[in-house]
Amino acid sequence: MSQIAFLGAVELGLVFSFVAIGVYLAFRILDFPDLTVDGSFPLGAAVAAVLIIAGWNPWLATAIAMAAGAAAGLVTATLNVKFRILNLLASILTMIALFSVNLRVMGKPNVALINQDTMLTPFFGHGLSEFYVRPLFIGVLVIIAVFLVWRFLASDLGLAMRATGANPRMARAQGVNTSLHIYLGMALSNALVALGGSLFAQTNGFADVTSGVGTIVVGLAAVIIGETLFHSRLILWALVGCVIGSVLYRIAIQLALSSDILGLKASDLNLVTAVLVACALILPRLRRGRAAA
Amino acid sequence: MIELSNLSVIFGRGTPLEKQALSGLDLAIETGSFVTVIGSNGAGKSTMLGVLAGDVIPTSGRVAIGGRDVTRIATAQRAKYVARVFQDPLTGSCGALTIQENLALAAARGSRRGFGLAIGSNRREEFRARVAELKLGLENRMDDRMDLLSGGQRQALSLVMATLAGSEVLLLDEHTAALDPGMAEFVMELTQSLVEKHKLTTLMVTHSMRQALDYGTRTVMLHGGKVILDVVGDNRRNLTIEDLIEMFRKARGGETLDDDALLVS
Repeated sequence: MSQIAFLGAVELGLVFSFVAIGVYLAFRILDFPDLTVDGSFPLGAAVAAVLIIAGWNPWLATAIAMAAGAAAGLVTATLNVKFRILNLLASILTMIALFSVNLRVMGKPNVALINQDTMLTPFFGHGLSEFYVRPLFIGVLVIIAVFLVWRFLASDLGLAMRATGANPRMARAQGVNTSLHIYLGMALSNALVALGGSLFAQTNGFADVTSGVGTIVVGLAAVIIGETLFHSRLILWALVGCVIGSVLYRIAIQLALSSDILGLKASDLNLVTAVLVACALILPRLRRGRAAA
Repeated sequence: MIELSNLSVIFGRGTPLEKQALSGLDLAIETGSFVTVIGSNGAGKSTMLGVLAGDVIPTSGRVAIGGRDVTRIATAQRAKYVARVFQDPLTGSCGALTIQENLALAAARGSRRGFGLAIGSNRREEFRARVAELKLGLENRMDDRMDLLSGGQRQALSLVMATLAGSEVLLLDEHTAALDPGMAEFVMELTQSLVEKHKLTTLMVTHSMRQALDYGTRTVMLHGGKVILDVVGDNRRNLTIEDLIEMFRKARGGETLDDDALLVS
């Protein structure tokens, strides 16, 4: 694997760590199996790309992309909380609806961002190669996001959200409005995923309506790899685990695809992903089995 | 002051499984009293507690706490006035959170939850002191997850949690039923002292007639969704467990006391 391919994998891993943190919030904190992310990731990419092309400030465009992601999460939460649709099904409904929405937003299946000013543009051309600038810039954003999410989960509000996912009956008895926390958590989760989508579009120079397929699997893979590496129950370590898991996942994929011995092609990506996630799920179980025996 | 007036609850209305859990129940409880509630299975004890907590919305009738009509107010909004300890220790506390976090969650009951740190140094000290009062050594395990503790320890902490934030009413739903006898007695003594210290209006549902008479200031027996016995003061002091069993039998139309005989202890 060349250095450029390695840096590219790190960069992509960092972009997807926003997805991983979003998935962690939904699946682990709220106990809400949310597939909306497969739609909110390309939604973030589409909204940011279209606005940037229309001449908006890329930071503002990204903020609006996040708001769009939050709105998508709120739709899923409404279907579940207000209309009592099973959480998984509610999220699938939003996900397929978003496919059409994304096509509407872009007006075509994909848009290119070549020669447009992105959030990264001001940092280019100061002597450091773009291959370093991109992961560094996104890395800084990731650190900020990890800190903010961690600080939120340590607050009274965040604690109430954790209780909502872990024991809703107890949460209500302690005066926690569990419905409100499902809305809030789903909005936050999908806003982070849309941020990942927006950064994906800006670093790769395009937004594509099909780029969301399998986002949830990638996000879950990162969360599970992180949990396998850090056994800690502490929230901060779980969040750091999401980031490290996401980056390691991309490096592993890159290694698998670039090794000549395995003879894999880019089109084998989904198979490799499934095998990696399955391994990440099976390994801790094997280890536990041995400990019990 | 708690007022339950003409309270009816019908589950599964209009279905073959229709069940009238409460039928025109009236009960007024003055502030500061500790009422023990007994009755056979299906008498409506848990439903009555559910109506007070907000988990069950009555089919008809009125619920008032401290003069406020709370009949249709949701559980979470009502939690400001109502603290609760469940029968199952796993329900009343959150296994995935630490002891400290559970206490922080309870301390904010009834107040607005914001972005302030849930566990600041002030609260840390206060929680430690409150937990140390239990003399279970748990004050040195504040960062342990709740699911590492025994049922009794969790129930004791649930009681502390119920008294951290101010409330007017304490609801205890057979909260010692899942514990071994030694721990059950410890938790009952703790209940007694906390209720006295915080001057809480308390309703305790119990299956143990001994508990029903040994603790509290008033005993109420439910049957068929109504109050069929209500004793306080001297009448209550002179009441024996045998008397209660006799009343049970009468209430059931002279049936023999098969399984209930086990509940005397």
